[in-house]
Amino acid sequence: MGLRFDWDWAFAWEILPRLLEGAWITLQATVVGFALALAIGLLLALGRRGPRLLSIPTTVFIEFVRSTPLLVQLYVLYFILPNFGISMSAFLTGVIGLGLHYGTYLSEVYRAGIENVPRGQWEAAIALNFGTRTTWKNIVLPQAIPPMLPAFGNYFIVMFKETPLLSAITVVELLQTAKIIGSRTFSYVEPYTLVGIIFLMLSYPAALVVNRLEARFARYRS
Amino acid sequence: MPATAPDSTVAPTGAPDAPRSPREPIVRFDKVRKSFGTLTVLDDLDFEVGFNEKIAIIGPSGSGKTTILRVLMTLVEPESGVVWVDGRPLWHKQVNGKLVRADQRHLHEVRKDIGMVFQHFNLFPHMSVMRNITEAPIHVLGKSKAQAREEASALLAKVGLDDKADQFPSQLSGGQKQRVAIARALAMQPKVMLFDEVTSALDPELVGEVLSILRDLARETDMAMLIVTHEMGFARDVADRVVFFDRGQVAEQGDPVKIFSEPENPRTQSFLKAVLEH
Repeated sequence: MGLRFDWDWAFAWEILPRLLEGAWITLQATVVGFALALAIGLLLALGRRGPRLLSIPTTVFIEFVRSTPLLVQLYVLYFILPNFGISMSAFLTGVIGLGLHYGTYLSEVYRAGIENVPRGQWEAAIALNFGTRTTWKNIVLPQAIPPMLPAFGNYFIVMFKETPLLSAITVVELLQTAKIIGSRTFSYVEPYTLVGIIFLMLSYPAALVVNRLEARFARYRS
Repeated sequence: MPATAPDSTVAPTGAPDAPRSPREPIVRFDKVRKSFGTLTVLDDLDFEVGFNEKIAIIGPSGSGKTTILRVLMTLVEPESGVVWVDGRPLWHKQVNGKLVRADQRHLHEVRKDIGMVFQHFNLFPHMSVMRNITEAPIHVLGKSKAQAREEASALLAKVGLDDKADQFPSQLSGGQKQRVAIARALAMQPKVMLFDEVTSALDPELVGEVLSILRDLARETDMAMLIVTHEMGFARDVADRVVFFDRGQVAEQGDPVKIFSEPENPRTQSFLKAVLEH
């Protein structure tokens, strides 16, 4: 049986449900990974503003993670950590990898957003004798976060398109599903084409939403 | 109200329940020093504020007037010297009779006595007027929401904005914003209230509404008030004592009528000549 390059509609319809299952895993990995990245990013941003004992290691960590490829990080988490007795499912490992990697990028978004809160807001918080926690929770973050939403949205889409990397550590997400179908049937045209279409159909509307957010906050600022 | 001339021998007392006289200092600066780069803004400053006293601080820009307020509000830490508030050191803790640098907990404690109204209002833009005022009483003083709202409504009525409770700061004029900021600071019931050029950022036609609130407040309250201002007429009307501040020092101080009609210090004379002719 040779490789086929013609398009077989019946085959495409037949494999679509399995691909959508893979896409569902992709979506779950993106959402959970991004939620983790949001939390990690905030912690890193706060750590960077903390005392030197905290800010220096935080900065080193951020630079290290940003300067090494996500794929390498995933390999380390999945294939090397078990040697130290830390072993997690492929999905969990992948999600943690995504969360850590994108957390470092999001920490920069947080940093910029926090620095944009005027100094007078901090001073008013001191004058009213708010504690550190309340100042962050009630005064600073509610003002800092809305303008960050477009940047968050962009990273969300970038991360979504990076999830195929998880196939390298055996997570059966969308791309891995297509790969499996292809290697079993020797038909690659339909599965990979459908993978592309599914990604497009999810990313493009998301990008439109982000554009609208951007326009909204651009107006808000002016 | 009589002008209280500074009485530098009065020591801070540790007896908060004792009956107070207006002469008893609620605030005392003891050789307080602060510079920014090569510019010395507080030059070993000695300065007192009596309990209940209303003080107007005037002087050329860059003379350190605002820094006095910012040191008191714990926004600027002095390099040396001690600031006493109601008998307690502000920037220091007393440990075994010695003064050591204060930690956050100490600052949080001592700050309860002090409130501040800023030149640029610094209202929280993401909160309604009502929440701007109730947020700190609820989260800092632990008041119930209902009680905080009730008190806030009374304060809003006092500053003439009872119909604006549900608006957001962006919907208010500058004068209205500053009146909300005054209500917000009053809600914390401080013993000393600091006003940092509170009309300087306002359009001229809005200055009057804010000054009239401050005049009423000065008459009614037993808070001490420290008012940094360029409004000389207002300073004369409202203050028990006018302090002319220049080059990090109190250059001249005393009864408003005397300071404005026959200032002794040549620097006061030339400053007043410049601003009053303007």
